[in-house]
Amino acid sequence: MSSSIPEHLKYAKTHEWVRHEADVAWVGITDHAQAELTELVFVELPEVGKVLEAGQACAVVESVKTASDIYAPMSGEVIEVNTSLMDDPGKVNSDAFGEGWFFKLKVSDPAQMDQLLDASGYAAQVGS
Amino acid sequence: MQSLKHPDLFSERHIGPSESEIHYMLAQLGYESLEAMIQATVPESIRLKHPIQLPNPLHEHEVIHHLKEAAQKNLVFRSYLGMGYHGCITPPVIQRKLLENPGWYTQYTPYQAEIAQGRLEALFYFQTMICDLTGMEIANASLLDEATAAAEAMSLCYGTVGGPQRNRMLISDDCHPQTISVIRTRAKPLDIEIRVEPRKDLKPDSGTFAVLLQYPATDGLVVDPQPDIEAAQEAGALSIVATDLLAMTLLKPPGEMGADIVIGSAQRFGVPMGYGGPHAAFFACRDALKRKMPGRIVGVSRDSRGRPAYRLTLQTREQHIRREKATSNICTAQALLANMAAMYAIFHGPERLRRIGQHVHQMACLLAEGAHRGGHQLVHDSFFDTLRIALHTENADSFLQRAESMGINIRRLDRQTIGIALDETVTQQDLEDLWQLLGADPALLLDHAQGDEYGQAFPATLTRQSQFLTDKVFHAYHSETEMLRYLRRLESKDLSLTNSMIPLGSCTMKLNATIEMLAISWPEIASLHPFVPLAQAQGYQQIFSDLEQWLADITGFHSVSLQPNAGAQGEYAGLLVIKKYLESKGQQHRHICLIPQSAHGTNPASAIMAGMQVVGIRCDDQGNIDLEDLKARVTEHAHELAALMITYPSTHGVFEEKVEEICQLIHDHGGQVYLDGANMNAQVGVCRPGDYGADVCHLNLHKTFCIPHGGGGPGVGPIAVAEHLTPFLPGHSVVPLAGEDRVGPIAAAPWGSASIVTISWVYIRAMGLAGLTQATQVAILSANYIARRLDPFYRVLYRGKHGMVAHECIIDLRSFKRVSVEDVAKRLMDYGFHAPTVSWPVAGTMMIEPTESESQLELDRFCDAMIQIHGEIMTIEAGDTDPNDNLLKNAPHTADMIAAEKWSHPYSREQAGFPVEAQRDHKFWPRVGRIDNVYGDRNPVCSCAGMDAFMEQLAQQGQ
Ligand SMILES: Cc1ncc(COP(=O)(O)O)c(C=O)c1O
Repeated sequence: MSSSIPEHLKYAKTHEWVRHEADVAWVGITDHAQAELTELVFVELPEVGKVLEAGQACAVVESVKTASDIYAPMSGEVIEVNTSLMDDPGKVNSDAFGEGWFFKLKVSDPAQMDQLLDASGYAAQVGS
Repeated sequence: MQSLKHPDLFSERHIGPSESEIHYMLAQLGYESLEAMIQATVPESIRLKHPIQLPNPLHEHEVIHHLKEAAQKNLVFRSYLGMGYHGCITPPVIQRKLLENPGWYTQYTPYQAEIAQGRLEALFYFQTMICDLTGMEIANASLLDEATAAAEAMSLCYGTVGGPQRNRMLISDDCHPQTISVIRTRAKPLDIEIRVEPRKDLKPDSGTFAVLLQYPATDGLVVDPQPDIEAAQEAGALSIVATDLLAMTLLKPPGEMGADIVIGSAQRFGVPMGYGGPHAAFFACRDALKRKMPGRIVGVSRDSRGRPAYRLTLQTREQHIRREKATSNICTAQALLANMAAMYAIFHGPERLRRIGQHVHQMACLLAEGAHRGGHQLVHDSFFDTLRIALHTENADSFLQRAESMGINIRRLDRQTIGIALDETVTQQDLEDLWQLLGADPALLLDHAQGDEYGQAFPATLTRQSQFLTDKVFHAYHSETEMLRYLRRLESKDLSLTNSMIPLGSCTMKLNATIEMLAISWPEIASLHPFVPLAQAQGYQQIFSDLEQWLADITGFHSVSLQPNAGAQGEYAGLLVIKKYLESKGQQHRHICLIPQSAHGTNPASAIMAGMQVVGIRCDDQGNIDLEDLKARVTEHAHELAALMITYPSTHGVFEEKVEEICQLIHDHGGQVYLDGANMNAQVGVCRPGDYGADVCHLNLHKTFCIPHGGGGPGVGPIAVAEHLTPFLPGHSVVPLAGEDRVGPIAAAPWGSASIVTISWVYIRAMGLAGLTQATQVAILSANYIARRLDPFYRVLYRGKHGMVAHECIIDLRSFKRVSVEDVAKRLMDYGFHAPTVSWPVAGTMMIEPTESESQLELDRFCDAMIQIHGEIMTIEAGDTDPNDNLLKNAPHTADMIAAEKWSHPYSREQAGFPVEAQRDHKFWPRVGRIDNVYGDRNPVCSCAGMDAFMEQLAQQGQ
């Protein structure tokens, strides 16, 4: 299955993507991840205000047959979550890098950005 | 001399293939005899060297005679002991058409929903009934018993609001004692603190995560639980209320008072007490908690025709997906008994149910009058059906003795106080006897009853105002004719063993012979309360002791506990026993449980509940435990190693050669070996876990020993243990079991689902050692015969030495690009078959277990269907037909799909609906098309309350 890997994003090994603007990071899961999970039926998002450590399990996605944890790619405070996913988790399947975003973090350590993969690094990891 | 024995042998009818079929199948595999085949299949070093000590086979007619003799040693007294178990009247139409009907009891858990709409519908109404009666938003499709339901509620609350700083649960001391003890057992390994206090002293605070109340209380008191529910809320804790369904017809339900979780037993809705079980417990909660609920939940979705269809929903909570992160280890539940309770409610409807509730309450009021007249004191005057009576002068023991001499069981509450719980079976004569016991003049009972208006002995503020069971199903089947047809209609939607084989791997869907089922309806078996004095249950005790002895011999262990009422409960119990043993050796720091990746989901879920930490072990390409990985993990955790959990033969259906070495390795490092005995059907009479190195194993009597699956329960999951573990077998708080080192009870009743162990008793006694051994051999033969026939078409994934599989085989469907394993499962329905186990233990595969009970004819019919489907797959794979519009993608095909005016598919109606010639004479029709799983999980609707909106939505989409 081919899936896109936008150049302007950074990626965690655990299949989250990050878009960094000033001190805010948008987080979602990659197109590859959504395809592996198959159609999502439920997304559990972190609470706004929660402070996350990089690598901490902070959200859950469920399809009919699987449930997976989503990990915070960077440390920071959750400042907004995409509540529309509660009603329509299918957005993650149809637009993983856009409308299917999960949450925004106020990043506490921007240097962590450097530890994430770039598009080609992630492409190599998923073998596409 | 001529034999005096009847020439007919039970084993010849339990075992499907005839002598000549066995020879034919053996020849296909290249073996001369069953023994030769076993020698090639089961590692030499573990094979039994000496025959085990089982009685010789007996003719089934004699077996049932012996069982009757034993059963008659049970004394069927009138039991007014209460504590969640009550006499009840099973409507005979439900008894005969459901409980005693193989069309219902031989079904499996409804994983293939398209051919399980009948029981799914019934379970959906069970959930609706529970929601309505308790006033809650969502309910599951049953748990094992009331006590474990309460323990599950504890876990849910702890997982939701609990933590190291909030680890206390408060329990009102007027909850049922067995509930409290099971909770204590379950709390201990999780470091949860349990505090049991009088209700007035319950003071939830910031360290409290849950409060448990019983309403009405175990001693009958009816008091408003709302203040305690609110106090819990204010402290940030969750509230759990244990309740009684019949009381709910008259009392304001806890759901209307803000309770977070409501649990209880549905036993008194038409399910016999059976000396402890099986019965269905229920679990209901607020909608917000539904993703943390334990157990199976039925929901609706739409099928390929856009019509509503039932299915199991929200399965990601469960152990088979979440494994060690699951909300619970529960797998087999109590589907058959939940369905009985639902049918009891449907048959009676809300009005008749309320009348029954009022009648029982009225009887209790009359009993109260008798107590007054006898000069005794009612300790509370607010009650529903149970009285707490402080005796005037007599002490409780002497009162109980007098009662017993009249054939009546009364509960002793303390030296001077007794409890009497009434139920729908109580007659005028019974009440007169109770008056007499209490020293009131029974001759005056009738006068008093006639003079009295219907009174109410609980506060008016607690009178139920809301309606319940308003859906039309609860109003349509009140006559026996209608009920009869409704039960038949539901049954006919479901594929059971009465239709065809159900080759589910790891499930052992063998014959549940009629003779084995008879005793469950005998009053001596069905009508005993679990807490009667042991002297009244001598027949049961004999049956237990026979069965324990036989199972110990079969497994090669020292002793057996029959308490666990499902396999997963056995796992949990076994791990607790191991833990307690290690503690007794001063090794309490050992907490690592090694579990191969191929293990059943209940294994890791049970280990977590037992407070262990799970470490996974890899499997190699052959499907065997990766010995190198195991050695590495064992060395790494040598000081903390508590146990290894393995399944034998493995869940991959292979007799691993190195099982002894593996067990030895664990022992060398101070650990114990837990053997998951779900696959015992490949071992009985051939090899024994106790001999090759296991320390404890559970058995699924509902697999190997003929207890039917009931569409998702009941089950019995006894554990057998080696001598050093014997002192630690589970105890009980109400019926003390000898020994001081026992782990606490893990089920509500001391012998779990007692009544159905008679099924296994009959099976073992009628088969004898020879029959049981041959059953094992033929189970292995049949699996290898199927593997041989299918391998040219579907690759058999794992094999042992000499290319042999054990009693099941896995076929690999991952090479197909345009067809999924799901498609094949659904297409099998068009052929009239239930699919094998799909995508477990390996995704994209099917695991086939034929059992010994299927004739060669049936095995061939199945193989022929699979091979014909392979031809259909090849056409699709070759690109000769539309990848999205073909026989497999559109399967299953319903009658109305095939009869439709327009037919636009690139295959014929006949190919779709009658792929096999013989189906012209007899065809099982799936009643719904392929069900949309995603739709169902995105919009979970789990009771009638959501149906109107759901149907509207469907209608809109249809436009
Ligand atoms: C291998 C294995 N272990 C454990 C279990 C759990 O047994 P139960 O469903 O009785 O809890 C099963 C049954 O489904 C099984 O197949």
